[in-house]
Amino acid sequence: MAALESPQPAATATAMRHAFGNVLSVLILVLIGVLAFSIRLFSVIKYESVIHEFDPYFNYRVTQFLSKNGIYEFWNWFDDRTWYPLGRVIGGTVYPGLTLTAGTIWWFLNSLNIPLSVETVCVFTAPVFSAFASWATYLLTQEVKGSGAGLAAAVLLAMVPSYISRSVAGSYDNEAVAIFALIFTFYLYIKTLNTGSLFYATLNALAYFYMVCSWGGYTFIINLIPMHVLLCIVTGRYSPRLYIAYAPLVVLGTLLAALVPVVGFNAVLTSEHFASFLVFIIIHVVALVYYIKGILTPKMFKVAVTLVVSIGMVVCFIVVAILVALVASSPTGGWSGRSLSLLDPTYASKYIPIIASVSEHQPPTWPSYFMDINVLAFLVPAGIIACFSPLSDSSSFVVLYIVMSVYFSGVMVRLMLVLAPAACIMSGIALSQAFDVFTGSIKYQLGRSSNSTDDAEDTNNAPKDDASAGKTDKGEEIVKERSSKKGKKKEREPADKPSVKSKAKKKALVLPLETSIVALLLLIMLGAFYVIHCVWAAAEAYSAPSIVLTSQSRDGLHVFDDFRESYAWLSHNTDVDDKVASWWDYGYQTTAMANRTVIVDNNTWNNTHIATVGTAMSSPEKAAWEIFNSLDVKYVLVVFGGLIGYPSDDINKFLWMVRIGGGVFPHIKEADYLRDGQYRINSEATPTMLNCLMYKLSYYRFVETDGKGYDRVRRTEIGKKHFKLTHFEEVFTSHHWMVRIYKLKPARNRIRGRAKKLKSKTTSAGWSSKSEKKNPWV
Amino acid sequence: MVKSTTKDARDLFHTLRSAYVATPTNLKIIDLYVCFAVFTALIQVAYMALVGSFPFNSFLSGVLSCIGTAVLAVCLRIQVNKENKEFKNLAPERAFADFVLCNLVLHLVIINFLG
Repeated sequence: MAALESPQPAATATAMRHAFGNVLSVLILVLIGVLAFSIRLFSVIKYESVIHEFDPYFNYRVTQFLSKNGIYEFWNWFDDRTWYPLGRVIGGTVYPGLTLTAGTIWWFLNSLNIPLSVETVCVFTAPVFSAFASWATYLLTQEVKGSGAGLAAAVLLAMVPSYISRSVAGSYDNEAVAIFALIFTFYLYIKTLNTGSLFYATLNALAYFYMVCSWGGYTFIINLIPMHVLLCIVTGRYSPRLYIAYAPLVVLGTLLAALVPVVGFNAVLTSEHFASFLVFIIIHVVALVYYIKGILTPKMFKVAVTLVVSIGMVVCFIVVAILVALVASSPTGGWSGRSLSLLDPTYASKYIPIIASVSEHQPPTWPSYFMDINVLAFLVPAGIIACFSPLSDSSSFVVLYIVMSVYFSGVMVRLMLVLAPAACIMSGIALSQAFDVFTGSIKYQLGRSSNSTDDAEDTNNAPKDDASAGKTDKGEEIVKERSSKKGKKKEREPADKPSVKSKAKKKALVLPLETSIVALLLLIMLGAFYVIHCVWAAAEAYSAPSIVLTSQSRDGLHVFDDFRESYAWLSHNTDVDDKVASWWDYGYQTTAMANRTVIVDNNTWNNTHIATVGTAMSSPEKAAWEIFNSLDVKYVLVVFGGLIGYPSDDINKFLWMVRIGGGVFPHIKEADYLRDGQYRINSEATPTMLNCLMYKLSYYRFVETDGKGYDRVRRTEIGKKHFKLTHFEEVFTSHHWMVRIYKLKPARNRIRGRAKKLKSKTTSAGWSSKSEKKNPWV
Repeated sequence: MVKSTTKDARDLFHTLRSAYVATPTNLKIIDLYVCFAVFTALIQVAYMALVGSFPFNSFLSGVLSCIGTAVLAVCLRIQVNKENKEFKNLAPERAFADFVLCNLVLHLVIINFLG
């Protein structure tokens, strides 16, 4: 009886502890969600609830259209107010996940009679989904290493600056929901791998569908998972669960990806997806081999192998040869431009200047790693080692994830965002292991007399934490040992064997009491530094809406609201059908805020059209007038930062206009605009530069501001100070001269009698020879 | 050499056949279903080779529905097979329910994509 009674209170005690632990976990998760949401609100507090940057304005406009006209109109929408005169098929070229998500949230809230405007929903979508993303990280890391690691990883992800930079309140871009979809898809994949349940495989395919809807980065998933499957097969970890996790995903996933109009048949035709098909075939071959091995005797199996190998090789060789010939026959080998530039970082700068010109596509510098993932940068190696101590399928997946994401983040700064969740997971694992060791040591030292069975939450190996500071330098011996997991699900049976072995070695593993306490305190300080950095980064570095600028000076805060001022001027003072030409950066904002038709916008899908605008900006007034007139342009918009020192203006971007224009129209040569290889706009500038449209439109009447024409960005006086415009007239300059709008002067009624001289003079532009009407300006 | 190879091949074939006969009936039914699905897919591919792939989405959805249901049936077979230690605790009814659910999703997508 006594033997029966004593386990009873012990059992209820553990049940109570588990219940308490669960409640605590839920509370912590709620707090993590609140943290993730609130740390992204700095821009709303400092500025206002406004949509940031450029791309989010397009998404906002699409969401407005969706909320006004419904989903069928949205799906079939042909937008004629952009890329004039080509138009853009919105339904087929946009990733609908973000807009559909925000639209659904707006519709749902409005049906509950909570009257939030579309703009508010759009601004706050990103913080809400970052809270979901941290919960998804908790789930994923819990599948890999247990709930302690899960909580650590979740709180790290809630605050990591790299993710904050793309998901502040107001940054209404694809990544806001895509990162959540990415982590959630990986979680469901690992869950299927661990449990072998077909139900989770279905959910995995549906989560992958949501990811395909949301972001072009879904190709990362459909290449990482096959890589992991291949890794498992090659390292001898093939199991039926692997088949169940992978095969349905490929079939269902391909079908679902083909459903999204943007992807369409690319899901089966482009090289980005071939890896998944190849591994699909490989896993079937491997499954068949294992099955036959199971039903044959070893001798017969050898016979089978020799037979099959000899025949199979021949067939394989033929099939592979056909495939290679097919793929090699297409000029890029079947890959799209953006994927090629990921594989070969120099590809874009050689062949596609538009991709090379986007600053987000440049390789990151070393400091940006410490800015964006801070302390995690040196917790990650510790986490990788901790993943190897019991290497399971899920931990090998996370290791592969981080290795791949480190490579891709090294190619493109924008992909630091994909590194962030991996780094958080690894660091969460490392931190959790470290805390286990230290608290275990403290507990053991304090309760030194009894080797109680409570320590079935055992000895872990102390990871090589010495990277994590130089702070844990109290000469602690970090012994590398075999470990067993904290008593979680499937590792219950092997827990017995190592615990016997490690109990014998336990005394050597445990660290002295003072060391453990100091190390714990130092780890907490490390976390504090991380938090401080993250809050600073969120408040100062990543919360600028870039449509409103501020600067501090002696007499207080200056606010530069020139962009919205000029878009408002455009929408109030021009006709609805007037076309506005500007560099492609401002296209989305112009259509969304000014509601005018633009020639090129940020989608940059038509290089020739952009090159046309670039050529116009680089040509003299006459030629530029003709180009713009052929496109029915009425207004030209330039951004100029010389008066206030705003460095991202069109003069600084001008060389890209020349390069892109010169890529399509060979009469524009970059060397013509450079003096001795240097880009200048002062008196030493080349005549081509001083006569081009961009120079004239930026610096027209600029000398009237201070008498000398001193450009604060280029830090020099301009070259040509007093000139008149012959083909354009200035209609608007914003308060700080940041945005300048010009109108094309209409063609003259009377042509002066010099039409015959036209033909010899226009070889430089090459445009008049193509246009049918006579150029009235010569 | 050729003679021993053919003798080996025949022995192999016999061993395989006798081993396969020993599998339980329910598994054989699933195997038959898989063969039927794959065979249907092959017929569709042959048809496409003859006639051309014009409504490509129809071709894709047809072939992928056959392959998809074959893959799901193989997953069901894995889960229901009594020799698999990993799925000892999984009731065959639950496995079949998962199979039906996944097929439902698959065919919903197929019907949408069929055009």
